[in-house]
Amino acid sequence: MNALNELPLKQTDDTSKLHSVELTPALAQAAQEAVKAAALRRRVIINVLRVAFILIILIGWEVFARQGVIDSFFWGQPTGIWEQLQTWVFEGTAQGPLWEQIAVTLEETLLGFLIGASLGIVIGIMLARIRFLGDVFGPFINVANAIPRVVLGPLFIVSMGLGLQSKVMLAVVMVFFAVFYNVFQGVREVDRNLVANARILGASSWQISRHVIFPSAMTWIIASLHISFGLALVGAVVSEFLGSLKGLGLMIATAQGTFNPNGLFAAILILAVVTLIVEGLITRLEKVLLKWRPSTIRDVGL
Amino acid sequence: MSSQQPTQPLRTSDRLYRALLMAYPAKFRREYGPLMAQAFRDLCRDAYRRRGVPELLKLWVRTLPEVAATAAVERVEILLDSTATAPGVPPPAIEFRGAYKRFQAPNGEIKTILRDLNFKVEPGEFCAVVGPTGCGKSTTLALIAGLESANNGEVLVMGEPVQEVGQKVGYVFQTDAIFPWKSVLDNVAAGPLFRGTPKSEAYTRARDWIRRVGLAGFETYYPHQLSGGMRKRVALAQSFITEPQILLMDEPFSALDVQTRTLMEGELLDLWASTEAAVLFVTHDLEEAIALADRVVVLTAGPATIKGIYKIDLPRPRNISEIRFDPHFAQLYKNIWEDLRDEVMISYERAKRTAS
Repeated sequence: MNALNELPLKQTDDTSKLHSVELTPALAQAAQEAVKAAALRRRVIINVLRVAFILIILIGWEVFARQGVIDSFFWGQPTGIWEQLQTWVFEGTAQGPLWEQIAVTLEETLLGFLIGASLGIVIGIMLARIRFLGDVFGPFINVANAIPRVVLGPLFIVSMGLGLQSKVMLAVVMVFFAVFYNVFQGVREVDRNLVANARILGASSWQISRHVIFPSAMTWIIASLHISFGLALVGAVVSEFLGSLKGLGLMIATAQGTFNPNGLFAAILILAVVTLIVEGLITRLEKVLLKWRPSTIRDVGL
Repeated sequence: MSSQQPTQPLRTSDRLYRALLMAYPAKFRREYGPLMAQAFRDLCRDAYRRRGVPELLKLWVRTLPEVAATAAVERVEILLDSTATAPGVPPPAIEFRGAYKRFQAPNGEIKTILRDLNFKVEPGEFCAVVGPTGCGKSTTLALIAGLESANNGEVLVMGEPVQEVGQKVGYVFQTDAIFPWKSVLDNVAAGPLFRGTPKSEAYTRARDWIRRVGLAGFETYYPHQLSGGMRKRVALAQSFITEPQILLMDEPFSALDVQTRTLMEGELLDLWASTEAAVLFVTHDLEEAIALADRVVVLTAGPATIKGIYKIDLPRPRNISEIRFDPHFAQLYKNIWEDLRDEVMISYERAKRTAS
C-alpha cells in the first residue's frame, strides 16, 4: 500500500483531475506485486490455521485422556499412537517387519486395481460400443452390481485360500464395477460430431474406438480411477480382516483382538498416508494423460 | 461438358454400370452382407467391362437366387432402354433424385425433413444451399456423406448410390469437430493415417497443409490453445488433406466474428481453386452464399424442397471483402432474397405459433 502511494502518478488530462491516471509500467508492476503479496499472505494464514486445527485436536485428545475424561483404554491417546508407530517401525509388528505389511497390502491393492480397472475399461467400451453385447450382458452386470461386493470376500477366501489371490480377487470385483459404469457412461456420451468426423476421415470401427471413444471417455475413466483406487484398498483390507497371514488389515484385526486402540489408530494412519501417496501419483498420471484439456478448473483444489 | 471424346466410352460404361447397380437387388446386400455385396459388385463390373451386358446377366442368373435374378434382369432391360440414349456426360458429383427423409420425433410423430429433393452439383462446382433455420439443410449433407440414408428416392455421389460413409467426401462441421486430444499436426494427419498412409508421408503432407492454411509453427498446439478462426483452419486442412472430390460444409464459419469470417471465406476460395473438389456449402447467410458460390440453391421452410436455383455469374477469382459492393451482387441478392424471404417468414410464423 505504501509503495503505491509513493509512486509518481502522471495525470493525463488537466481538466479531469478526478480519476484519470495513466497506467505506467512502474504502477502496473507495483499493482502486480501487491496482488502477489496478498495471495502469499492468504496462503500463510491458511496453513497456520490448518496446523493450529490439528494441534488443538491432538493436544485436546491427549489432555482429556490424561485427565481421564476420555478413557484411553478404549479410545487410545496420541502419545500412545506415536509410541506404537515407533515400535512398529523400529522393532517390527507381530507378523514381521512393518514395511513388509505395507508392501503386501499395496501389492494386493495395486494388482486388484490394475486388473479391475483394465477389465472395467475394456468391457465397458465393448458393451457400450457393441449394442448386441450390451443387450446380452447388461442384465447380468446389473444383477452382479446389486450384490454388496464385500460379502464375496468369504467366498474368495474359501475358494482361494489365505494368500494373495483371494485379496486381489475381492479388490478386482470392487474396482471393476466402479470403472465399468463410468466408462460405459463416458462412451455413450461421446460427442457424435467427433465420431461422424472420424468416420468421414476414413476411420475403421477400431480406429474410432482408439482415437475418439477412448480419449474422450478418458476423463470419465480418470475420474473413476480416483475412486476405484480407494475401493481396491477397501477390498484388500477387508479381505485381510477376514483371513490372512500378512498385511495392514491383519494388523488392524490383531489390534482389535488385543484391545489395542493405539494400534488401530496407528494402522489407520499408515493406511491414510499410503493412500494419499498413491492418489498423488494418480493425479500426476492424470495431468500427463489429459494434457490436451484446458486447465481452467483443475487448479481449484479442495 | 467435356470435349475429350476418347475418354467417353469409359464414362458411358460408368453411367450404365451405375444404372445396373440400381437394378442389383438390395435383397442380396441384406442377405449376404456388405463385404459379399462389394465382391459381387466388383465381379459384375468386371463381367460388364469385359463382355458387356449379356455376360453380366448370365453371371447374375448363375449367382443369385432365381426370383431375385429374374427381377434384376427385368429391371436391367428397362434401364438399358432408358440409359441407352444418355450421351457420354460425366456423372454429376452429387445428385438428389426425389429424395425424402423422415425422422421419428420423441413423441412418436413422424416428421418429414426433406420432401422430393431433386438437384445436381457438377464436378468442381461450388454450390451454396440457403434456407430458413431448421429447414433440413444439414440433413442434405448427412445424406451425401452417408451418415444418414434417404427414406425414398436416391442420393448419388459421383454417379454411385451412397451406401456407407464414402471416402470421396470431406466434411467441415458447424461446431468444432477436430479432436481436442490431438495436436494440430496429429489432427491434420488423422485422415491419411486412418486410411493407411505410412506415418512419415502422412506427417509430411500434414505439415504442408498446415503451412497452406497459415498455421506453420502451431503444429504442437492443442485445439484449446487456438482461437476459433485457427481451429477452423485446422478443420479445413484436415478435410482438404484427404483430397475429397466433394467437400461438404455445414455453416462452417457461422461461429466466427465478421472479420475472421471474411478472411476465412477468401482462404476457402483459394484452397478450393487449387483442388478439383465440388463444394456444397450450407449457410443461412445469403451474402456469404452469393460471395462464394457458382450456384445458390434456395430451400423452402421444412419439409425442405427446392424453391429456386440461381446461377451466380460473378467473375472469379473473387475478392470477398469487396465483392459485396458490386452492383451486380446487389441485384443478385435482391432477386434471391425475394424468394428466401417468404420461406423465412413462414418458418418464423411457425416458430412463433409453437412458442405461444
